[in-house]
Formats: sequence, C-alpha cells, structure tokens
Amino acid sequence: MATAQAAEPQTRTIVNDLVLHVATANGSGSQTSNMVLLRSLFQMGIPISGKNLFPSNIQGLPTWFTIRANKDGWIARKQDADIVVCMNPDTSDEDAETARKGAILIYEETLNLADKRPDCIHYAVPFKKLIAEACPDVRLRKLVINMLYVGVCAQLFNFDMEEVRKAISTQLAGKQKAIDLNVPAVEFGYKWAAENLKKADPYRVERMDGNKGKIIIEGNAATALGLMFGGVSVVTWYPITPSSSLCEYLDEYLNKYRIQDGKRTFAVVQAEDEIAAVGMLAGAGWAGARAFTSTSGPGISLMNEIIGLAYFAEIPFVICNVARTGPSTGLPTRTMQGDLISLFYASHGDTKHIVVIPSTPKEAFEMGGEALNLAEEFQTPVFILSDLDLGMNYWMSDRFDYPTEPFRRGKVLDKEALDKLNGQWGRYRDVDGDGIAYRTYPGTDHPKAAYFTRGTGHTPDAAYSEKPEHWKSNMDRLARKFETAKTRVPKPEIHSNGHAAGLIYFGTTTEAVREALSALDHQHGLKLDLCRLRAFPFTQEVEDFLHSHERVYVVELNRDGQMRMTLNAELPRFAGKLRSVLHYDGMPLTADNVVQQVVSMEREK
Amino acid sequence: MAGTAEAPSTNKVGLQKKDYAGSKSTLCIGCGHDLITARIIDAAFDNSIKPENLVKLSGIGCSSKTPAYFVSRSFSFNSVHGRMPSVATGTALANRNLKMIGVSGDGDTANIGMGQFVHVMRRNLNMVYIVENNGVYGLTKGQFSATADKGSKLKHGQVNHMHAIDLCALAVELGCGFVARLFAGNTKMMKQVLQSALAYKGTAFLDIISPCVTFNNHEGSTKSFPWMKSNELAMQDIGFVPAYDPHYEEMDHGDERVIKLGDGSKITIKALDKDYDPASRTGALQLLAEHHESGKVPTGVIYLAGETPRFVDHLGMVDVPLSSLKEDVLRPSKSVLDEVMDSLA
Ligand SMILES: Cc1ncc(C[n+]2csc(CCOP(=O)(O)OP(=O)(O)O)c2C)c(N)n1
Ligand code: SF4
Ligand SMILES: [Mg+2]
Repeated sequence: MATAQAAEPQTRTIVNDLVLHVATANGSGSQTSNMVLLRSLFQMGIPISGKNLFPSNIQGLPTWFTIRANKDGWIARKQDADIVVCMNPDTSDEDAETARKGAILIYEETLNLADKRPDCIHYAVPFKKLIAEACPDVRLRKLVINMLYVGVCAQLFNFDMEEVRKAISTQLAGKQKAIDLNVPAVEFGYKWAAENLKKADPYRVERMDGNKGKIIIEGNAATALGLMFGGVSVVTWYPITPSSSLCEYLDEYLNKYRIQDGKRTFAVVQAEDEIAAVGMLAGAGWAGARAFTSTSGPGISLMNEIIGLAYFAEIPFVICNVARTGPSTGLPTRTMQGDLISLFYASHGDTKHIVVIPSTPKEAFEMGGEALNLAEEFQTPVFILSDLDLGMNYWMSDRFDYPTEPFRRGKVLDKEALDKLNGQWGRYRDVDGDGIAYRTYPGTDHPKAAYFTRGTGHTPDAAYSEKPEHWKSNMDRLARKFETAKTRVPKPEIHSNGHAAGLIYFGTTTEAVREALSALDHQHGLKLDLCRLRAFPFTQEVEDFLHSHERVYVVELNRDGQMRMTLNAELPRFAGKLRSVLHYDGMPLTADNVVQQVVSMEREK
Repeated sequence: MAGTAEAPSTNKVGLQKKDYAGSKSTLCIGCGHDLITARIIDAAFDNSIKPENLVKLSGIGCSSKTPAYFVSRSFSFNSVHGRMPSVATGTALANRNLKMIGVSGDGDTANIGMGQFVHVMRRNLNMVYIVENNGVYGLTKGQFSATADKGSKLKHGQVNHMHAIDLCALAVELGCGFVARLFAGNTKMMKQVLQSALAYKGTAFLDIISPCVTFNNHEGSTKSFPWMKSNELAMQDIGFVPAYDPHYEEMDHGDERVIKLGDGSKITIKALDKDYDPASRTGALQLLAEHHESGKVPTGVIYLAGETPRFVDHLGMVDVPLSSLKEDVLRPSKSVLDEVMDSLA
C-alpha cells in the first residue's frame, strides 16, 4: 500500500483498511475507550482484531492498544500504524517519532508534535480544555477524558455513532450511570471534531457485512468456556500473567452456570503456589474429578516434578500454559511460543506428553473440552498450549458450537464392573493392547477396588518393584500408550496443492501466516503448501506432509526453533528439509516478517 | 483352619483385624515408624472404619513408605517429597466423603514440605496428618531435619546449632483444631489419640516422636528411644469411647475432660501433671514454649477445639463427591452457550 502524503492527502480514500494505535498510561481507564472503538467497528461489520501492549505494572507506565480493521479479513499485527492517538504525554515524543511516514497523529494540542513530524498528518485536539467543558465534575474528568478521542476518531473516520453508543452500553454492561457519563463525552468529542477539524487523510470506515454470526472474545475466556462445557470439576490456580484471567473467567462462568440447588458442582481453589496447584490436580484427578489449572512458563517449571509423577502414576489432569516471553520473569506481558520443549518433555526420566495447540478462540473452546477427554482417556497430564496473544487479546471468532459428543471418561471400573470381574484386575495391566490400563476411583465400594499409587517402580498389579523387567515393560507400555495417542489427538490442518515448498506453523502465528501466504503468492509468485500443527505427538499427517515436500519452513515465536528441533527429534529422517522462520521480540508476528524471511530463503535455495 | 479354633473377633463393619493389615514392613528392625503402623491398624479396626472410605497419602521418606504396611484394602498415594498436603487437598476436593490419613516425616514436612504443611493446616481437611518425627532424614541416611533440637548431635558428632521447628506450635497457630504430640514408645496413649483423631471430622495433626534406630538413636540425640523414655512428660491419661459403646451414656467421667467428636464418639482427657486445658490456644503455645527450655517433651493432646467448618464446607460444594457427578450435571445446556455467545456478539 502506498503511503499517504501529508501534502496531497485527499486524492483518494482508503476504506475499511486501517491500523489504529492508541498510546495511554496504564490504569487510566483507556481500556473501555479502546474497546468501544473496537466494538463499534466490529458492529459495523468490519473484520477487526484488538491487541493490548501493556507493561508489567498497575498504574502509570505506558500502555498501547492496537486495532486493525481490514475488509479482507487480515487481522494479524502490522508493524506500522496508520493512525496514532497520543494520549500519554510521557511517551508522545517517542510515539510520534516511531510513527511511519505519512501516518496520522491525533494528540493533545499543547504537545505540539507538528514541528517534530512534518511528514505526518496532524490533528491537534485541546483534550484538556475540552474535558473541562464536557465534564463539569472535576473528579470525573480523569475517567472520561479518553472518551473524547473516541468521539474524535469516530467523526474523522466516519464511525456510525449509533454503533458507538451501542458499543458503550455493551462495554459498560448496562451500568446506566457510567453510560450517561460516557456517551455525552464521546458526542462532545465528535461534535468538536466536526466543527474544528478539517479532514486531511484518506481513511474512512463504512458499514460492510464481514462479521455475520461472529463474536469478540479473548482466548482465555474461550478456553474457560470450553472447560466448563467439558465438565471441569476441580480448578486450582496460582495467579500469573497472562494466565490469571483464564481461571478468573472460569470461576465467573462456573459460579453463574454450574450451580445446582444453590450448591457448586465444582471447586475453585487458589493454591499457595504452582507446586500445590498441580499437587491438588494430582489428588483430584486420581480421585475421579476432571481437574484443571492454568499457568505460564515459570509455573510449568515449578510443576515439573509432579507432572512426572502423574505421567508415571498415570493420573489425568489438564494444564493450560498461557505462554509469555523469556525465562524467569522475562517479559511477563509479552507473547512467545517459547515453552514447547519444556512442555512436550516436561519432567525428568522418560517423559513425554500430549499437548493440544489452539490457534483461535473457537479452537481454544473446543480443545478445552477435548483436553479433559484426552486426559481421562489416556490417564495422563494433558497440556493446552496457548500464549498471551491468544489468551489476552481480543479476537473475532465464529460462534462456538455446542459440544454434543459425550464425555470420554476413559477406562474406569466401578463396583459393578469389579463384581463382574470377581475383583480380578490389575491397575497397570495392558488388557486391550493399546497401552491404556483400567483404573478405579478411591471410594469405590468394593473390597478389591483399592490399589497403591506410587512414583516408584511397580508391577502390572501395582505392587512395588525394582525389577529391571518390570521397569522396562512398564515404560514400554507407556510408550505404547503414546503411540495410541498419535491416532487420537487433533490432526493438523493441511492445505496442500502439490507445491514443492511447505510451511508448518501453529498457534497464534496463524493470522500472520495466512496473510503472508497471500502476499507471497500475489507479490512474489511463491506458492507454498500449509500444515498447521494442532497437537503433540505428531500424527501420521504431519509425517506425510514432511515426506511430500522438498523443503519445509517452520514458523515459530522463539529464538532456537523449538518446534523445528522437536520435528527433527521425532521425525529425524526429514531433518534436512526444515528451515526456521523465527520471530522472538515479544510482539506478535507480522505477515511482512514471514514474507521477508521466506523470500530470502527461497532466493538462496 | 481347624474347627476348634476360636472365631476371630469382628468389628462393627464385620471385618477382622487381618483385614486392616498391610504388606510386610521393609523398614529397619526396631524403627519407631513400625510402632505407629501397628497402632494405626489397631485404631482403624477398633473404630470400625470401612477401608473403602479411607485413603492413605504420603510424601517421600521411610515414614512415607509406611502406608504400604497398613490397611491394604484402602487406596493409597505415595506422592512426592513434601507435597502430600496438596495431593490430599485435591483428593478431598474430588471426594469429600473420604477420610484421609496423611503420613509424612519431619524432613518431608518441616524441610521440603514446610510451605504445603502450613497451608494445609489452614484448610481443615478431613484428615489425620501424622508426622513420624525422628529428627533426621532416615531414607537418605541420617542428615539433620529441621525438627532436630538445638545442641543435638548426629551419629558422627555434628552438632545442630539452629533452632528446632516446633510443628505442633505451628499447627496451633495456623488454626488446626486437633493437635497432639506423642511418642511412638508410648503405644497406649498413641492408640487412644489415633482413635480420637480418626473420629474427629477435621484436620488432626499428630507429631509423633518416632526414633530412627539406625541413624538417630545414639547418645546426644534428643529423638532417641532412651532420651524419650527419660524425658517424655505424659501429661494426660487419654481414653476413647466409641459412639457404639453400650455404656456410652451412663459412663461416669469423674474429673476428666470429655469432648465429643464428629462421629459421635468421645475423647476423655484426664490431666496427670497439672490441670492443663487443651481448649486454650494461648495455653498450648505457652506449654510448648516452656518445654523448649526445660528439654522435657510433654505428650498428649496439646490442643483440641470444637469442630469447625471444613474446607469443603466453605467452598459451598454439592453434598455428593464431585467425582460422582456425570455429564448431565457437569455440562450446562445449550441455552447457556447461546446466552454467552449472544453476550459476546
Ligand atoms: C525432590 C526430592 N529431593 C530429595 C529427595 C531425597 N529424599 C528422600 S527421603 C528424604 C528425606 C526424608 O526424611 P523424613 O521425611 O524425615 O523421613 P524419614 O526417612 O526420616 O522417615 C530425602 C531428602 C527426594 N526424594 N525428592
Ligand atoms: S533408617 Fe531410620 S527411619 Fe528409616 S527405616 Fe531405618 S530406622 Fe526407620
Ligand atoms: Mg525423619
């Protein structure tokens, strides 16, 4: 797209294709304003995404919100914004400095950015003066000043004010007092802009029909819903960004929708740390609950010992890792796909795990329930690998389908089953040859129901054993179980047209990859086949994809190419075909980035 | 068996003592832990506990191995070092009807597991939490644990210079409603208290001095059999009256304290030394502090409050175990999903 020139802005219009970037201070209440902008566009039928870029801080530090609206449905992050709203005086110089050439700057008049960026389009707005007029009550001004830029943007870019009003009411969940305060502020900004600003840029939005049947949701809320409809019954958690909101949503939904005769059909417990959170899952999964916790990388590290115990003692539960950037505290409020290896092979000894990898809220919903099924079916910890971008950002999504498949509770022997067997059973016997043994729940009213659960070596009948043959045959059975899992985990999504080059990706790189693929084709004449991974272990389809392509790019958000390493390790005969497309600065991936890397490697090939 | 043999006695749930047995102990001969195991079997039998309603949980250590040696008909979970309390918490969440026995060691609880110990004491689960306290790590061959007394010596002469952690004091402080210190060599008191603890519907914490004959039974140890034999201060004569006792009502308890337990049975406490009131929290803490200085080890019920609501009560859960809930209850209807979807559109 050509950049608009400040000098000759009105020669054309750009409709329903913009990136709007709002800079504010954390804790200033700008979230509501930004969500109103996002929702208004969504309600006008324009495909959108909304990404928060926030500091690890409660109040005062700068925060940014980026909305991308695009008629063609491209909603990945873009490197440069078209419109920058500078509401934070502390960062306005930098915000203006980093704006692309020709960008539109909207800012408090006194900041005087016109001299600094003569190559941009300027709308200086006396926000401070206006808020004094718009809001007589001094104490409330801080709360509504951000609504002024909503009004200004709405006027400049042709938002439908009816939709803006509706968005405010949705966003404020019908709280009339707040609505009565905010709507006039937006209208005031709108009116002021209409009377005082001269349109000097080409951007405008128009109603279209791109969002029929869609919703806006954060991934964490979607996963929470999936778990609730999947019958989760014990939830434990220890707060950590970006996973906290998952359990908070879950708590909220469960308390609203899973009450029976005034009593809870679930337990939500805030544990003292992640070790306790996962220890509780081990107890709860063992005793027959559908147990879940969410955490992020540091929590996974703490949970490792018990994850290994549960793998070996064969106890079902689900952990969602909403990944963030870096080891230790790293960049706690940024995104990364950096915990792949630490999840796939979490813990010590011979361990490997089932991991499902959603890329959209709808998939997060479906995989929330599916993870509970897989855990009980395979009697093992199952992970959902999400990340901050999916978990905490706002995504447009198709409505979720009500799950109709019955729960898969796995091989459980109850009293009647034990009676039929005359109590003849062994906890770790591979009766069916699929590596999955039968279990009983504590409390089963049968004298032969009990067995001894331990992390030490055991026989097929669960007796203590240090014998080499017992150890090895048990480990082999666990490997067999994993082989069985390869046939039951979510299969990859493959688009193959017989091209020589393939591209593997997963999770939240999806939107950028989709957009990049179109650009590679239309702008560079490069055509690639696609394989979106949805689970570990890799299924046969992944192997076939690698087999049938000459070279395969692996797109991922980490420095060392962890997915590529895993593919190499699990499917070594294709190792020579893999090339990494990497991105690891904490920000979501952009299509341009993928295009650049692929084009340069394709040239060298 | 020969027809002439006397029929072995059965308890109220129709089981014999042997139904409460476990597999053979593999601990060192003479280990204090085995004495505790034997009394747990007695107490479970005498209380007529149905093994199917009991679960055993433990961490790691010689002590934590012992659940294998009693009541094999009960489920058991030998988990990881120091984390038994969280596993027990999860078990209670999934099935609120289970009575739990948690067995731990002083290392398992006071060292690696201190975090989980203090938090589980705040929760009030339906559990008897036993620390088989020998002042050392038995299983890793005799290093000091955090309950070792200041000045006590290891086998090869190393002296502990740090203050001991008093788990009973912590338990009282953190709101545990039933706290006792016992000596594995005082089997009579141990059995009565175990029976009472099993009848109590809440967390009962028992710190049982249980000498390690292999690594901590020498001169200079304050957790040895000889030391405890001469320094135990048995504070009380404790009795247990099960609810099914035919003389339950008319029993004259004289000057004993009688406290009714959750399952209807009674614990009777007769003070031996001075009139110690186990219902007083500050009194309990004072007693423990005083005896740190004297070097004597008071045994008996240190603190016993009335029963208070349990963790699962505060959580407002349904009365049946969560593990028994099926899809009809666990999956909300389609209209719920529609409602949520509409609110997000
Ligand atoms: C994470 C971890 N660290 C260390 C160990 C090694 N370890 C096993 S038992 C034990 C100490 C047990 O001491 P205590 O709880 O007092 O039990 P005892 O053997 O004295 O009965 C240690 C350190 C372990 N199993 N796990
Ligand atoms: S080492 Fe000590 S604690 Fe362990 S079994 Fe032997 S005597 Fe008992
Ligand atoms: Mg010990």
